Amino acid sequence: MATPAIEAVDVSRTYQLDGVSVPALRGVTLTVAAGDYVAVIGPSGSGKSTLMHLLGGLDRPTGGRLVLGGREVGSLTPPELATLRNETIGFVFQAFHLLPRTSAVDNVALPLVYRGIGARQRRERAAAVLGRVGLGHRLHHRPNQLSGGEQQRVAIARALVTDPTVLLADEPTGNLDTVNGQAVLALLEELNTESGVALVMVTHDNEVAARARRRITMRDGVVVADSAADDPPADSAAVPDGPAAGGDADPTAGDGTERAEAAR
Amino acid sequence: MRFAEAWRVALDALRANRMRSALTMLGVIIGVASVVVLVAIGTGAKREVERQVEGLGSNLLVVVPGRIDIGSAPAVSRLDLADVDAVSRVVGDPSRVAVTVASGETVRAGRRSDFTTVQGVLETTPAVFTRRLGRGSYLTASDVDTSRRVAVLGAAVAGALFGDRDPIGQQVSIAGVRFRVIGVFAPLGQSLGVDRDDEVHIPVTAAHRLYGTQRIDGIAVKAPDRERIDDLGARIVAELTRRHPDTEFSAVTQQQILGVLGDILGVLTGVLAAIAGISLLVGGVGVSNIMLVSVRERTREIGLRKAVGARPRDIGLQFLLEAVLLTSIGGVTGMALGVGAALTADALSPVPAAITWWSLALAFGVSAAVGIVFGVVPAQRAGRLDPVVALRAE
Ligand SMILES: Nc1ncnc2c1ncn2[C@@H]1O[C@H](COP(=O)(O)OP(=O)(O)OP(=O)(O)O)[C@@H](O)[C@H]1O
Ligand SMILES: [Mg+2]
Repeated sequence: MATPAIEAVDVSRTYQLDGVSVPALRGVTLTVAAGDYVAVIGPSGSGKSTLMHLLGGLDRPTGGRLVLGGREVGSLTPPELATLRNETIGFVFQAFHLLPRTSAVDNVALPLVYRGIGARQRRERAAAVLGRVGLGHRLHHRPNQLSGGEQQRVAIARALVTDPTVLLADEPTGNLDTVNGQAVLALLEELNTESGVALVMVTHDNEVAARARRRITMRDGVVVADSAADDPPADSAAVPDGPAAGGDADPTAGDGTERAEAAR
Repeated sequence: MRFAEAWRVALDALRANRMRSALTMLGVIIGVASVVVLVAIGTGAKREVERQVEGLGSNLLVVVPGRIDIGSAPAVSRLDLADVDAVSRVVGDPSRVAVTVASGETVRAGRRSDFTTVQGVLETTPAVFTRRLGRGSYLTASDVDTSRRVAVLGAAVAGALFGDRDPIGQQVSIAGVRFRVIGVFAPLGQSLGVDRDDEVHIPVTAAHRLYGTQRIDGIAVKAPDRERIDDLGARIVAELTRRHPDTEFSAVTQQQILGVLGDILGVLTGVLAAIAGISLLVGGVGVSNIMLVSVRERTREIGLRKAVGARPRDIGLQFLLEAVLLTSIGGVTGMALGVGAALTADALSPVPAAITWWSLALAFGVSAAVGIVFGVVPAQRAGRLDPVVALRAE
């Protein structure tokens, strides 16, 4: 692909907790190509959510370079970053995060509000996207009148209504039972193949991860395995132990890659 | 679009917490209502005073011995009728000059009696003070020249002495001396706390004889026009000072009386409104407090809105509007209550109250401003929330 949807070079994120530095991400380099399907796996606390927040422009890296939709995140003001999120990113959260007391169609239309689109057009587009996720008959239901699976589909419709280039889903099936989880997963994959929106999904399920086109494994704030490394050299820039990565990141990355390969 | 959304969300938030919103508004309602009521009463009192001072006659100049000052004791007068002639010469028109020499006396008619103010006056009094007669006629120049024992009664005195009977032509005795009633004033009502119908006019010459004095208490001049009134006053004072070098004289106009009284009432109204304003301030603190609660409660919503593209100022605006809506609705309700209370007080009690548009506009403006001032901190806090932290909030 010509322009990658997301480009992260040696990105780090360190939290300050009562004067103590907590490094959640320590030099992550990766590229998400347009239309890609990436599964992010790794143990709890390895920095998956932190990475997702950075990739979605919800947070800023404390080190490294992050480019979203061709724009360098570090150079943007908060309102500019908000607009960039609105235009290029769709988030799907584990906890759905729908507005209570607000109908499905208005929940889905919410991102369009911050685009300055008129109420009628907002509703038309929201209703169309809800139809696409199979909820055309639930437009005026409020979240507490919907099942968990339906709520997550509303959230997916909300992420899609702006026609983003990337869908970031952090454990989208984490709060759902197996059947509903499968349905949501199938929907996300279908959207990825049909509309070409890149899908980056955090999951704890290795079976789910196996279905992705690419798997990124995280541990202790670094990428320890990236299946894109197995692909032809065209994608080699995304490999963490490339020349751009910091010197001390090399041994960890190398070590992780070996382990990931051994697991297969 | 964004503004419309902020507006809709703010309204929705208030509706979702009706009880809390109402209680928060209560502080503002009480504050605004008390400001409106107190300003209405202050304005009403001021208007009443103006109306009554104006009612004394237009372009009036009052000349008295001594200094006119709040709190200073009235000086003993050394003016007499010769001084009045001198003033008339300065004015150039004796019909514009009125005098008074007053004394509290018991007036009797048959078995009824009334203690009242008996004023010795010139025949010019009705013209100078714009007083109308209800019945009969007023004193004439010849009554004054010949010290005729005739009297004109105030409406209250006429009522007290004669009830429903016609007093014209009847005899009354003032301090034991018999006078014939030739007229009754049209009722005037209260003026500055004084019952202006409770007085009797007799010729100044008859009064001098009755009281055994030659003194004049005060001289009133109806100036030909408003522009030259101050100049005329100065010339009269100069003439009187020339005649009585060791006495101080003052000439006051209605405008000056109005000014002094208006200032006093204005300050009073201001102080009352400021005290009421403090309760408005306390109401504002309540709004600020509840807005902080609202921001905390809706932290996850803020995080979500930011995630889908809301800018800090979109969020800030939403909460600012919520605060302004709280205080404005409270303000309008308080205004309605205040107007109702003021009009009720005006109608059912002797307290005068006047609603002015500016006071309503001010009350509404202030309550909206209170919303902005006290909503700004919570709104900024909401706008600056870190979306990641906000989304994690429980
Ligand atoms: N706001 C914060 N302040 C301090 N430390 C934080 C903060 N957020 C995350 N961390 C730390 O950063 C590390 C990575 O957290 P993150 O949420 O990215 O993990 P994760 O891989 O998503 O875990 P899980 O699978 O449990 O969701 C953790 O050690 C966590 O304690
Ligand atoms: Mg996580």
